[in-house]
Amino acid sequence: MAIDLQPDKPQQPGGHVPSGREPQPGAPRAWWGRPAIHTGIAGAVLGYFVGHWLGNLIASNYQQVQNSGQNDFAIILGYVLGTIGWLAGLGVFNDLLRQMAGRPVHADAEAQAAAAGTARFFRYSLDHKVVGIQYLVGMIGYFLTGGLLALAIRTELLSPSYHVFSSATYTAIVGEHGTMMMMMMSSVILGPLGNYLVPLMIGSKRMAFPRIEALSFWLTPAAYLVLLSGLMFGGFPFGWTGYAPLSIEATQGADSYAVAFGIMGISLILLAFNLIVTITCYRAPGMRWSRLPIFVWSNLTTGFLMLLAAPVLVGAMYMMITDRTVQTAFFTDDLGGSSYLWQNLFWFFGHPEVYILALPGFGIVCEILPVFCRKPLFGYRVAAAGMVGVTLLSFFVWQHHLFDSGIDPDMRPVFMLTTELISIPTGFIFLVAIGTFWKAKIHFTVPMLFALGFFFNFLIGGISGVFLSDVPADTTEHGTFFVMAHFHYTIMGGLIFAFMGGLYYWLPKIMGIRLSQRLGQIHFWTMFVFFNSTFLPLFAVGMAGQPRRVYTYAQNLTTLNDWVSISSFLLGGSILIFVINFVYSTVIARVPEQGNPWRSRGLEWQVSSPPGPGNFDRVPVVLSGPYEYGSKDAPPVADLDPPLGVLSEAYGGAGAGADVAEVQR
Amino acid sequence: MTPADAVAGTQRREPNHGMRIFLIWLPIALAADLIIWFVWGPHMPPGDMSSSARSQQFDINVMAVMAAPVMAFVLTYGVYALVVWRHRAGDEEDGPPIHGNTRIAVTWISVTSAIVLGLAVFGTVELVAPAGAGAGEGNTPIWKPGGGAALQVQVIAQQWRFTYRYPQFGGFETTSLVLPVGENVQFDVTSLDVVHSFWAYQLGVKADANPGVNNVAFTKPEHTGAIQVRCAELCGLWHADMTTVGTVVSTPAFSSWAASTRVQLAALTRNLPPYSLTYDPNSVSQLGKAFQQAGLTGAGGGYYGPQYPVQP
Repeated sequence: MAIDLQPDKPQQPGGHVPSGREPQPGAPRAWWGRPAIHTGIAGAVLGYFVGHWLGNLIASNYQQVQNSGQNDFAIILGYVLGTIGWLAGLGVFNDLLRQMAGRPVHADAEAQAAAAGTARFFRYSLDHKVVGIQYLVGMIGYFLTGGLLALAIRTELLSPSYHVFSSATYTAIVGEHGTMMMMMMSSVILGPLGNYLVPLMIGSKRMAFPRIEALSFWLTPAAYLVLLSGLMFGGFPFGWTGYAPLSIEATQGADSYAVAFGIMGISLILLAFNLIVTITCYRAPGMRWSRLPIFVWSNLTTGFLMLLAAPVLVGAMYMMITDRTVQTAFFTDDLGGSSYLWQNLFWFFGHPEVYILALPGFGIVCEILPVFCRKPLFGYRVAAAGMVGVTLLSFFVWQHHLFDSGIDPDMRPVFMLTTELISIPTGFIFLVAIGTFWKAKIHFTVPMLFALGFFFNFLIGGISGVFLSDVPADTTEHGTFFVMAHFHYTIMGGLIFAFMGGLYYWLPKIMGIRLSQRLGQIHFWTMFVFFNSTFLPLFAVGMAGQPRRVYTYAQNLTTLNDWVSISSFLLGGSILIFVINFVYSTVIARVPEQGNPWRSRGLEWQVSSPPGPGNFDRVPVVLSGPYEYGSKDAPPVADLDPPLGVLSEAYGGAGAGADVAEVQR
Repeated sequence: MTPADAVAGTQRREPNHGMRIFLIWLPIALAADLIIWFVWGPHMPPGDMSSSARSQQFDINVMAVMAAPVMAFVLTYGVYALVVWRHRAGDEEDGPPIHGNTRIAVTWISVTSAIVLGLAVFGTVELVAPAGAGAGEGNTPIWKPGGGAALQVQVIAQQWRFTYRYPQFGGFETTSLVLPVGENVQFDVTSLDVVHSFWAYQLGVKADANPGVNNVAFTKPEHTGAIQVRCAELCGLWHADMTTVGTVVSTPAFSSWAASTRVQLAALTRNLPPYSLTYDPNSVSQLGKAFQQAGLTGAGGGYYGPQYPVQP
């Protein structure tokens, strides 16, 4: 095989194929012969047993293992090798190993995209649209699990004296609920909607790193199952915040917390990395930064938050694991470590984490508003600047979680200032909404209702954040239900409402069918009313003195807690309506919704629903921004069928035209 | 405006939306502020039983008074917009192509920045002036109360009780928190095992209890009464049960209580570890075993083994 000094075609996804050894498309193997979920499960089980056995081999004669009778080392090694086995069984490493061995890579993204059938959703697929749908199903499942755990919490809180669960079970449930939600919902929008829509919105036929994207998804079921399996070991008694030294001393359930969070942290890093590179490098010609849809801006900024914050999380979890297994003393005061180290490391990730949860919601509502106000987005630059400002500032506020912890007292005015400052770019979103509503023509479709609900909820959530940023006021509010109400308003009232709105808006694009609008209206109104009736009283409950994560409380708060619990059950009912709507519309009714039902100017709406493999026939040339409503002479958003010559000139030089066109196909 | 419209006068009928919104907003904001300040304010948590609680109550009232007009504006505008600019059936036109308005954006940014920076300055002043506003300041506090030496109370948190040592009265340890009214109190908060948080609600004091660390918080009780003490940091199974009730009493009552308790617990106090700002958890647990063997259990001087308290 001669070495090509001048390769005749640019790098194809999957590696350059030397001539004469093109992979022959033979008869496809049966579904059970190809790597998929079932081989992944087999690999996971095998990996877990190997890891556990190895851990026993290594650590069973450690002093602390013999004293306590539990081998955290074996459990953690079992989880880690189980995850690697899961990935290996799915075929994640196959292409990598083939390339390292110099052999041709069988699958490429384009060929996979052309595949049909439901089996591809259970495989390691390189098509970003398949990965988006896998993420969607996964995220809905994780959200429902966390939601059921929340209902269990509220059941216990119906009475201060009658206890449904034992204290150990209740504390474990609280920790599982918090960790499940905070871990998983970080990717609830970027995973499904970001992965699916960003290439369509920027005019790209693919993602930059399809394998990394698929890997980021397949890590999530591993994290989910590792976290849930902690319940089998009795759960963990320290909530999602994992404060040392309790987390170092806790029993086996803590290992699943550390490993699951570490796995999910890696998933976040990979997800973000892929999105950032795709957005930066794969924009179609004419897609300037000033024409980029706001949703894509939110993906970009959230991506930077994930990329820079999640490594600190993974590092902190790794340190917790070594503290628990091999006698390091990072977080143990009497051995030279510090419990403050954990608090700082955790919250250095933890604060950007909550903006990871908030920004994608901003992106979705800014995307929905212009379509249903039939007006351009007011202050596009302000909106983008707000997101960038939030991203930058969110790395400078984390010690507001430690105001009462005993940190150096002069740090507190500093962090009070930065926390107050971050409310300025956060507030830009309201300016944008107010301006977009001005003299608009507002259509009350289901996505628009969720966007409006977002603004109402985020107003309350955001203003309550200002109360928390004031250190004296925080002295009373820290560690109480006031904080709980604040973050549920911003995260559930903000992010989840935006997610629902985005789902109702984009599902016709993703699946080519419409969700029932009537059920959608019922879903919205029940969810909005019961969400507010659940969480608004919690501000009062917190100010009246009920701390977080307790299974009992003062007698005089019984009525309030009962009201909240019953509302939460009804809120669960509204989510059930959503599930019914989703399942009924996608599986049973399947009413087709082709074309552009919302009359949106978005580039993703200018292709078929669902889009074909490769998204566009040819890479489009973008001619104007997506928010140019109301101008009769605004150019269309893109030229979807640019002549071949146009692109070759854009890429420089005649003669490259044919190759470029071929690559773009 | 076309000539036809000028003749018909239809364009002149476009109402001044901004003025209308302002006129709807103004009474709502004023009413909200008056109700918050005068009706709700005196009852705002955490009450005014101590200097730090009073200062926090004032802070929350000020912030509520500033937040209410902002919320009222957004909600008023929102409702107005959704009613006045809702899409009428049959109208398939787009809205006007307004991309932005630099003046409005600059005004918004300036006003929100001013409010926020003002709150930051206000918060800092309110943190410094009342000697740290009841929040834990770490082991080198910089905002201390003036006016005489403070009563020192060491708060020892362990799974799952708070105990209090009074070093100025011989270092006896008790589960009762008794404080004199009108005197500065210095809480030295520490823990024996995991991270807890000492939260005295009516005093407006919250300081995390970290093992091996001394976290100092100041306050001055100004009225007598009961104090709810709770743990505000998840510390394991019985975190929810880590509550006690303390009292603030008059100065003579406190002196007599302190003197009599000192005498009553003298034997126990001799066996306690010497008073120190932090304790080595290893030596403490050995002490607990020794106390158990001696038949002395329960604080009132002792240290709890992991089996306390029993399930409520």
